[in-house]
Amino acid sequence: MQVLVCVKQIPDPASPSLLDPDTNRLVRPPEQVLDDTDRYGIEVGLQLAEQTDGAVTLLSMGPTGTMQGVRQALAMGADKAVLVDDPALEDSDALTTAKVLAAAARREGFDVLVTGVESTDGYSGVVPQMMAELLEVPALTFARRVEMDGADLRIERQTASGFDVVRSALPAVLAVTAGAVEPRYPTFRGIMAARNKPVDSLTAADLSVTDGPGQRVVSVAPAPEREAGEVVEDGGSGHLRIVEFLESARVI
Amino acid sequence: MATWVFAEATERGPGEPALEVLSEVASHGEAVVVYLGEASDEALSVLGAYGASTVYNLTGGGDLPAAAAAAALADLVEREAPGAVLFAQTYTSRDVAGRLAARIDRPVISNAVDVAVDDGCTVTSEIFGGTQLVRTAFTGPGPHLVLVRPKSFSAEERGGAVGRVEEYPLPDAGHAGSPQVVDTTVEQAEGPQLGSAKVIISGGRGLGSAEAYSLIEDVAEPLNAATGATRAIVDAGWVPYAKQVGQTGKTVKPEVYIACGVSGAMQHLVGMKDSKRIVAINKDPEAPIFSVADLGVIGDVHNVLPRLAEELRGRD
Repeated sequence: MQVLVCVKQIPDPASPSLLDPDTNRLVRPPEQVLDDTDRYGIEVGLQLAEQTDGAVTLLSMGPTGTMQGVRQALAMGADKAVLVDDPALEDSDALTTAKVLAAAARREGFDVLVTGVESTDGYSGVVPQMMAELLEVPALTFARRVEMDGADLRIERQTASGFDVVRSALPAVLAVTAGAVEPRYPTFRGIMAARNKPVDSLTAADLSVTDGPGQRVVSVAPAPEREAGEVVEDGGSGHLRIVEFLESARVI
Repeated sequence: MATWVFAEATERGPGEPALEVLSEVASHGEAVVVYLGEASDEALSVLGAYGASTVYNLTGGGDLPAAAAAAALADLVEREAPGAVLFAQTYTSRDVAGRLAARIDRPVISNAVDVAVDDGCTVTSEIFGGTQLVRTAFTGPGPHLVLVRPKSFSAEERGGAVGRVEEYPLPDAGHAGSPQVVDTTVEQAEGPQLGSAKVIISGGRGLGSAEAYSLIEDVAEPLNAATGATRAIVDAGWVPYAKQVGQTGKTVKPEVYIACGVSGAMQHLVGMKDSKRIVAINKDPEAPIFSVADLGVIGDVHNVLPRLAEELRGRD
């Protein structure tokens, strides 16, 4: 089975995020990290490939930089990576991103195209569905458990009140939640091997995708801050202070 | 020009998040609803009461109707040319909006907390965990597609009635629409709900174990509170996803939100920081949750919660 996994390199969430004041774009340092939520998609992809004697190819769009995020994903066990890094795509919105990744997926061929539910830095949360539409395949979104069922995929799809068990024929787009699986840690051997795995680089032109400007940031302003209130030490009577507070809020 | 609102049928009629968006749209002008699912008389009277003048009812479709619904919507927007189509950011609506955007080649802006539709369409959304507000305008031709976070607007009845209903059978979406739902499980059916309870009490990593979540339930019971959770303890498998509050879970706005052993990660704050009042219990005085709390108690949840439960029970 041919498994593709979309991964994204993002600015380290542990560092403060910055917007370029001229362009209102997120500042992306060269040393970006693997989006943590992608580790779940990679793990699901690796498991599906292992069960079916398949291979895993990573797809990623964005500034390549030092590639440490992609290397980490390769070190987990993916076989190769296809990177789309093109200054023409710097201002891409979710739809352009989906067009690029879908075109790359079509070029590689796939049975399952795995993604996270949403990225940590942009969290538009619609790229998987857009790719599915462009590729004319089912979108198995919000998947919290994934397994093969013969030649089909069987997933648990989150709903507002619980989950549905959904069965689908392939090919399909599969968007997995954090927590769907326990992602493996790269082994030392994996890290060494990742250095020599094939990495293809593509441009927007290679994929015949152009970035159409569809939206423009009008303003960025700090949100009204919530003022911090009273903080007390428990000291054995914190619960009484909470009861008083609930009384004043008239909920008891 | 009318603005369109996409709404899904739930077991209890039109979904609340869509009614919030409908209320907002109807307060500014004509609102047209595209309703996915069975439009009973009761459902139509609810849609009318919240401001819908016209309803396009998408009927039929498979178990996962997003692909077919997007195809139907694409046909309808081509025919009627609305200026904007607004979606509440729920699971199925997210799927439909994403597919529609790709199908009609229009951008979609997600995570909106405010929308202004006039000659154009300007969307306000939060970034960096809600610390910054970004206003974004669409620059291309419409229809402009927007996904609105639940609880951004309040759902208010206006007392109108639907003037026109047009049924629109969903087309066959082929392979894209072929997945089947083989089983459905409800994990949180009984008791106070996160969407409507006056008081919510949530637990995080600070509880230390899945078993300790019972401390949360013991306080919730006498308060008639709904129980919530952070992504960390949902991912850890301590409680079902239906309890998750935050960016990838539910957005809540109760009268009082009590965060217990919750550090206050951005992912969680986005889902609860607009609660009217916030109480936090955490043993780490540096926990970011204290920066949004009206009342913070520095203490161990394992000590504070049992005393709180006992005190509340004693008052009944």
